[in-house]
Amino acid sequence: MSATAVPGAAPAPIPTPGKAPPRVETPFRRFVSEFAASRLALGALVVFVAIALIAIFAPLISPQNPYDLAQLDIMDGRLEPGSRNGADTMTYWLGTDDQGRDMLSGIMYGLRISLMVGAGSAIVAALVGASLGMLAAYAGGRTDSVIMRLVDLQLSFPTILAALMILAFLGKGIMNVVIALIIVEWAYYARTVRGTALVERRREYIEAAQCLALPTRRIIFRHLLPNCMPPLIVVGTIQIARAIALEATLSFLGLGVPITEPSLGLLIANGYEYMLSGKYWISFYPGIALLVTIVSINLVGDHLRDVLNPRLKK
Amino acid sequence: MSVYLLRRLIQAALVMLAMSVIVFIGVYAIGDPVEILISPDADQAERARAIAALGLDQPLWRQYLSFLGGAVQGDLGRSFVFNEPALRLIGQRAPATLELAFAALILSILVGLPLGLYAGLRPDGFGAKAIMAGSILGFSLPTFWVGLMLIMVFAVQLGWLPSTGRGETVEIMGLRWSFLTLDGLSHMAMPALNLALFKISLVIRLTRAGVRETMLMDFVKFARAKGLSPSRVIGVHVFKNILIPVVTVTGLELGSTIAFSVVTESVFAWPGMGKLIIDSINVLDRPVIVAYLMSIVLMFIVINLVVDLLYSVLDPRVRLESKG
Repeated sequence: MSATAVPGAAPAPIPTPGKAPPRVETPFRRFVSEFAASRLALGALVVFVAIALIAIFAPLISPQNPYDLAQLDIMDGRLEPGSRNGADTMTYWLGTDDQGRDMLSGIMYGLRISLMVGAGSAIVAALVGASLGMLAAYAGGRTDSVIMRLVDLQLSFPTILAALMILAFLGKGIMNVVIALIIVEWAYYARTVRGTALVERRREYIEAAQCLALPTRRIIFRHLLPNCMPPLIVVGTIQIARAIALEATLSFLGLGVPITEPSLGLLIANGYEYMLSGKYWISFYPGIALLVTIVSINLVGDHLRDVLNPRLKK
Repeated sequence: MSVYLLRRLIQAALVMLAMSVIVFIGVYAIGDPVEILISPDADQAERARAIAALGLDQPLWRQYLSFLGGAVQGDLGRSFVFNEPALRLIGQRAPATLELAFAALILSILVGLPLGLYAGLRPDGFGAKAIMAGSILGFSLPTFWVGLMLIMVFAVQLGWLPSTGRGETVEIMGLRWSFLTLDGLSHMAMPALNLALFKISLVIRLTRAGVRETMLMDFVKFARAKGLSPSRVIGVHVFKNILIPVVTVTGLELGSTIAFSVVTESVFAWPGMGKLIIDSINVLDRPVIVAYLMSIVLMFIVINLVVDLLYSVLDPRVRLESKG
């Protein structure tokens, strides 16, 4: 454990008058400066934060509430990007869909659902997977082999197939998609955490904690878990992107979210039938939003892996 | 070896049995097919007769047993919708999916290998960077959206390729194939490319990493010192060595290519197994869902088994007896 300077808690060194106190290099600061070294990753992070903010504040900033039927005018259906609405009060910058819904607003609301499903399932899957992985590594023996057999079995089937199977059982709905994604994803976390934990548990600090007769739960959660975090964060980032893509795919196939709460995937599916008549914008722009989201998360995750990997440290 | 093989076979059979219970109960839990299949005008007696004919009046465990009994004889029930054996339906649709998956694999090697080779030989050049950026895009782009964009560009805007269907087919040994006719090939071009996109990125990355590693090896230096031409060093010495991992991974990907064809088939209305399963889920055609899932599970178990056995044959370091 390296000493982390907590402002106020530790006795602060008396600053020499006229000189700024020297900056203490904490692990966190080092991490931030290393991450910021890549312009591309920093840019991707900015883009992703912007997307997340748009999704969170969609009801406040979108030009129209796309699901308030009173605001929609069927006469405005399938208008090209940049056209004015019938009452000449607003411009549809990205066109409208068949219901006369502003695509820009639809995309903002769709992002909410996509991000919520992606992040929500990734967080729960991380909790479940990390706990089981930690348990497997710490308990060893039979527990380990049962859990890891399950992981092997799960990972030998492609994600889309497992998700398809679960949704065929459960039927449509946001909650069901989240459940399917959790079941599909937990194994990745479990495998990652087990691998790291197996190495970490042989370290001296764990031995020291065991000599102090600390309760097992405390050793696992306070000593082992924090040291397994870096790979978990990397896998988590990549898995959020994968979850968002998988949700979009399932919704496109008509097995995902219901029509009343369309995610980006369902918006794209809605535009499918108009594609052949050249009305590209109904599918095109939600696809771009999906693409930018996934690519930005992947770029951040890729760089996180480089920064957090001790083997690449100079 | 034979003990190991026997143990693996028993394991595979147990996994298969477990999956059959999960699939059967899972599919049983969804919806009531009676509402969809029997016309609302039917009277009480007609309904009861139809339910009995479909075997839906039996308790769940008895339905499972009769399902299992049929399954070991290759009978997974009759489709509610088509009134045909579910397995035969899947067999009819399989060639379309298989030819699409193989076309995608071939395409991924034909496109991915040269690009990866180039990127590996000149890793700092502009071309290599463009190729690598492209491969990141290939990983990130959602397949279905790329499919839509392909349709938009090549079918709607340019009008070069047909957007949906299989085109003209030729019948060989009772099965219909598209790849033997020009019309069929033009129908296959876009779906195959769409399905291949992810694999192309994968092959590019594998090849590039392989080339960069192999170029530093002593035998390459030696070949150069002997005065061999660069094309021979790369074309024979390096190429042979990078081919092993590429072929292994591509082979392993066959299963997931077949699974992912569900998406591509839906976009291009390609009448394969994937389209069948999506349609069947939407109308709750239980026997077909069960039959599809069971055949895919069987396929994966067989692929995994074969790969494990091949590895133990090819690589003597993998000890068969060590783990059960």
